[in-house]
Amino acid sequence: MKRLILTLCLILTAPMAQAVLPDEILPDPAMESRAREISKDLRCLVCRNESIDDSNAELARDLRLLVRERLVAGDSNDQVVDFVVDRYGEYVLLKPTASGANLVLWIAGPAMLIIALGIGFVYLRGRRRADDSAPQALSDDEAARLKEIMGE
Amino acid sequence: MIVELGHFALILAFATAIVQMVIPLIGAHKGWPGWMAVAEPAASAQFVLTAASFAALTYAFVTSDFSLQIVVANSHTAKPMLYKVSGVWGNHEGSMLLWVLILALFGAMAAWFGGNLPPSLRARVLGVQAAVGVAFFAFILFTSNPFTRLAVPPFDGKDLNPLLQDPGLAFHPPFLYLGYVGLSLCFSFAVAALIEGRIDAAWGRWVRPWTLLSWLFLSIGIGLGSWWAYYELGWGGFWFWDPVENASFMPWLLAAALLHSAIVVEKRESLKSWTILLAIMAFSFSLIGTFIVRSGVITSVHAFASDPTRGVFILGILALFTGGALTLFAARAGAMQAKGVFGMVSRESALVLNNILLAVAALVVFVGTIWPLVAEMAFGRKLSVGAPFFDMAFTPFMVMLALVLPIGAIIPWKRARLGRAVKQLAPALMLALAVGALVWAMQTGRSALGPVGMFLGTWLVTGAAVDLFTRSGRGAFGARLGRIWRLPRADWGKAVAHSGLGITMMGIAGLTAWEEEDIRVTQLGERFEVGAWGISLDEVNRVQGPNYFSTTGTMTIWKGENALYTLHPEKRTYPVAKMPTTEAAIHNGFWRDIYVVIGDPQDGGGWAVRTYIKPLANWIWAGTIIMALGGLLSLSDRRYRVAAGARKSAPDAVPAE
Repeated sequence: MKRLILTLCLILTAPMAQAVLPDEILPDPAMESRAREISKDLRCLVCRNESIDDSNAELARDLRLLVRERLVAGDSNDQVVDFVVDRYGEYVLLKPTASGANLVLWIAGPAMLIIALGIGFVYLRGRRRADDSAPQALSDDEAARLKEIMGE
Repeated sequence: MIVELGHFALILAFATAIVQMVIPLIGAHKGWPGWMAVAEPAASAQFVLTAASFAALTYAFVTSDFSLQIVVANSHTAKPMLYKVSGVWGNHEGSMLLWVLILALFGAMAAWFGGNLPPSLRARVLGVQAAVGVAFFAFILFTSNPFTRLAVPPFDGKDLNPLLQDPGLAFHPPFLYLGYVGLSLCFSFAVAALIEGRIDAAWGRWVRPWTLLSWLFLSIGIGLGSWWAYYELGWGGFWFWDPVENASFMPWLLAAALLHSAIVVEKRESLKSWTILLAIMAFSFSLIGTFIVRSGVITSVHAFASDPTRGVFILGILALFTGGALTLFAARAGAMQAKGVFGMVSRESALVLNNILLAVAALVVFVGTIWPLVAEMAFGRKLSVGAPFFDMAFTPFMVMLALVLPIGAIIPWKRARLGRAVKQLAPALMLALAVGALVWAMQTGRSALGPVGMFLGTWLVTGAAVDLFTRSGRGAFGARLGRIWRLPRADWGKAVAHSGLGITMMGIAGLTAWEEEDIRVTQLGERFEVGAWGISLDEVNRVQGPNYFSTTGTMTIWKGENALYTLHPEKRTYPVAKMPTTEAAIHNGFWRDIYVVIGDPQDGGGWAVRTYIKPLANWIWAGTIIMALGGLLSLSDRRYRVAAGARKSAPDAVPAE
């Protein structure tokens, strides 16, 4: 249903456009590939969860052109991104910065992995220790059943 | 008339579900066999009634009954028959009806095939399953009734969203729901076992086929959705980390974890409480998925019907079932004692590691999905979490999983030696390293992704082959082959599913690392080069389809002077829905796909054309199909059938106690 984004964007742009258009592409392939890299991490603001690189919306096209303009003007990749964030807020970043509360988001994965591995290790050590103890006594049900089998 | 009967059948099904929820649970508590026995016919009746209701709605769509609100909103007389039928679940109300139909189907299957369950457990499973049903019947009847009539029916409908008019997408929701809802049965088993206070190896054996079934349907459903995105969206993306995709991916990850941990319960009577928790969480994530799709609380491209009442209702269902089950779990989990004893290096430990990696990966996806919501509500920051984050945060888990998988799959139960496993797997490791190194040497871009992906994929596939081969014992090669052939289906299923994962990984790595793209304006008859291929746009025609107009290009793919393939990319306009779509033309190949898209005519003459060379693209879905096939093989294993057969012969063998 990714199509629905497209649809929304298409409704917003009367003439049908398609992501990166031939007339946007920079003559310098190295600079163009930098532009593509930057636009993959920037969100199309009027779309739902889509990068400006994939989007058909007019606004995404404007942003793509803006990115290329800044690159031609000699900005580094980071400067371009900062420029866009200054104007549109951190909402445009598809990869949130690891600052302030966002640290939780970034640390969540590794932290949970370490905690889970710790719990797992303790559990597994417990299972191994159980080996040293005497064999478990039979439960009442099992004892009755054993008696029944032995009696027969 | 038929529509009203359908509506009535739905209300009756709701009533039946209430009976099925209350009577058997009381019966099981009090030990009254008659009350417990109500569950089975009630489950069958509930299914038949829901099916009748669904059939009535399908009838309304097929005959284009425009006095029904949702038929008007989602159908049109000129639409092909396949999409009239798929239109039934191409909208919020109808898809919820499909959801409860599948819920009732799983309940009925548990009743029909559950003859070998102890009566009290069966009554409780069906009672809990019916409780889930009651909640969703109420949801449909009170907030999203598909049978709402219009006082003044219009002359024709508004047509189904053209994006949904596609065979891949016609079957994507039913498979996805079979997976989502199948997990409800695992949930019911878990809750019933908690009420019962007893979990043993037999419980593991009963719950595992249902987990396998849900997991394999989820795999197919997710695979279909991603395949559709690939060929329909016009740039060949196959996974976007959209909240709703994540909503289907989290239950898939947890179901994968669950079907592995259920093996430990079945074979070794350990990990019991963890398995119960997983079963509860897997279905809870299905409910969260439903909540995300239906409430519109997280902006997603899939959002169906953003209606706050519905959102609140589903949130209530989620809170009730997850909260209730977790409370029960907290009260009862302590009573479940693990029995199996095993060393630090053993199959059990490997499966624990598998569960840790899958569960944490699912939690990473979860945190990423809800983070925008949390950040906005708690910190007042409006931000986005998109594909670049998930690629970075999620991929390491899959790499770790793939690294340890072949070792974990080959080491024996109870106590193992790592050295022995490594020795057995040495040929697989060598081959995988060689492939990785070769790819590294051959590629031009020098990104690590390609070689690492190829290494991991080869390691998984050859590791699975080594696993099968070592299980064949010693002796002549021919005799070993014969023994491999006769190995239990579960062993085959495991090897096949693990190789499928490897193939999918290779596909994803290959496509991501080596895709070539060309965007240009081309004149008719002009030839241009993309990678090793020559492409030319020969002509562009206007064509009329059943319910759309199309601009169809004819493109030729050349290699040197030979014209190899002719492709027809299209751009369609659906006049009723007033929506354009692009239909990419793809030449599928084993090693690569050639993917062409036609754009707009340009002011200065010529057409905008995009061409992509997508290496190993088909491997992604081939791997998914192989994974599902592995699940199917495992499901057909003799031990599940033996249990079913034992049920039939039991009354003769034991005439009296």
